[in-house]
Amino acid sequence: MAATISPSVTTSRPARAGRGKPIDRQWSVPYRFLLPYLVVFAIFWLWPLIDSFLLSFQNTRVNPWTVDVAVNWRRLWVDQAFHAALRNTLIVLVLQVPIMLALATAIALALDSPKLAARPLFRFAFFAPIVVSDVAYSVVFRLLFNGQYGAVNQALTAIGLPALDWLHDPTWMMATIIIAVTWRWTGYNAIIILAGLQTIPKDLYEAAAIDGAGAWRRFRHITLPLLKPVIVFALVLSVIGTMQLFTEPWLITDAQSSGVSIEMLGTYLFKQGFRNLNFGYASAIAYTIAAMAAAMAAFNLLLARRSPT
Amino acid sequence: MTTLPEMRTTFARPAGGSGRWGSILLTAVMTPLALLWLAPLALMLLFATLPDSSIFSPTLPAPGTHFFANVAALAGSANFLRALGNSVMIGLIYTVLSVLLTSMAGYAFARFEFVGKNVLFSLLVATLTVPYAVVVIPQYILIARELGLSNTWVALIVPPLFNSLGVLFMRQSFGGLPQELLDAARVDGAGEWRIFFTIAMPLVRPAIAALSIILFLASWNSYLWPLLVGTTPGARTAPVALGSLIGLNVVPWGALMAGATLMTLPMVVVFVFLQRYFVAGITAGAVK
Repeated sequence: MAATISPSVTTSRPARAGRGKPIDRQWSVPYRFLLPYLVVFAIFWLWPLIDSFLLSFQNTRVNPWTVDVAVNWRRLWVDQAFHAALRNTLIVLVLQVPIMLALATAIALALDSPKLAARPLFRFAFFAPIVVSDVAYSVVFRLLFNGQYGAVNQALTAIGLPALDWLHDPTWMMATIIIAVTWRWTGYNAIIILAGLQTIPKDLYEAAAIDGAGAWRRFRHITLPLLKPVIVFALVLSVIGTMQLFTEPWLITDAQSSGVSIEMLGTYLFKQGFRNLNFGYASAIAYTIAAMAAAMAAFNLLLARRSPT
Repeated sequence: MTTLPEMRTTFARPAGGSGRWGSILLTAVMTPLALLWLAPLALMLLFATLPDSSIFSPTLPAPGTHFFANVAALAGSANFLRALGNSVMIGLIYTVLSVLLTSMAGYAFARFEFVGKNVLFSLLVATLTVPYAVVVIPQYILIARELGLSNTWVALIVPPLFNSLGVLFMRQSFGGLPQELLDAARVDGAGEWRIFFTIAMPLVRPAIAALSIILFLASWNSYLWPLLVGTTPGARTAPVALGSLIGLNVVPWGALMAGATLMTLPMVVVFVFLQRYFVAGITAGAVK
């Protein structure tokens, strides 16, 4: 995009009298630019980060709150509901993230290929979900996956398959969440991967083709290794996002009520923190999420650095 | 100068295999997938035009004329128009403030050397890998309990300003400016703020546009934080108002779909015209 230079640069004005060194910058200038942001950052990120760590060692079910180093962490260890939430989250994570990233890579490759006709239309189809709010698509998916009259079951029965209880059976609830999240985030990841694809020098492919490498070998030995940093970046973001899924289980399945629902870490944290107002226990859950996200991010980075391709 | 990474749509690549048939095959495979991807939004639009009684019909109904009736029902039951207005205003104020704060901070990181720069910058990068769940509880305790600011715009707008992606993005953009330009202005006697606002900021307008879009979208779609601190009907944002209808005994599906459409359609239209700004904002962190 064309950049215009403001006229004050080009028309030189007479230097102000009495100023010895015009380029002499005061040491405080960068801090003055930083100050407003840093104040917000300190109050709403840095302090909360410390505070929730401290909260996880406090009993917040008594008034006033007391320091009790073990109460929340011991409960975490024995709490069956927490274990169920953890298990559900990990199952969704292990299934959803790889499926989504494989799909996103395939879609990015297709969108990058000059062989695909009507590419703007395809890009619109896959990228449009990135602007749709969690709440909007969650209510839409809740309607589409309705067990009795939902469009999905109507489509299944129309082609001779059995209707499924998407919103009440534990297995199919999990599938619904996975499908919903995959619909919303595949295009987002495809955009990241597509940007990565476009940084790969094209002469590499030409050279490989001249050497007689087929399409699969070119993908396996050029595209994939060079894409790895970008895919790892997408993987880390996806893992962190999926670990704290809240809106989808909250609104698509009945996680709000105590009825049939798929409890996940995000919804369990919400209930403990903001329904029961047990901030200490919720903080322990939050730090568990953070620790696992950090561990997975570190593991992925390590894996990416190690493997020799 | 900053330019946005354009999504290239064609390059010459050695054609592997037979060109025409490969093209037909690829397009034929991708078409059903794309239709599947479009189906949820298409059905949302369709159902938004139908009365509740026709939504659960055994065959796919034709588009109806109930859209405005659904919107009216929504306005009545969830005060949705007020919520939409709140979302627009909060989104705009948040975007302006956040662009300003993150641009200033990004400018400091890009153009100055100062004590503590590396430590601060590492902290900012670290925020990207810290789940929001860790900070939301103390944020809530501070805003809602200690300061008693629930249901105010301050509560809805200020805490989310901590986002660090904007700083990283603007740092990258300001980093590309030629130093001579800024120094020339200093020789002319322009103050640092004047240089920032009249020279640096105008030069990175494309980046500011991309950031504004991403920030507005984030605010517009935000659910968990407004759900916590905007609970009264007057303070609710559109996602919170829409989500509240799911809990009703008889869910007004037509109204819900109309609400989802009102939230989604303007963003989809903006996306069609400003796609590359979205893409630039999303890929900012991924590709150096």
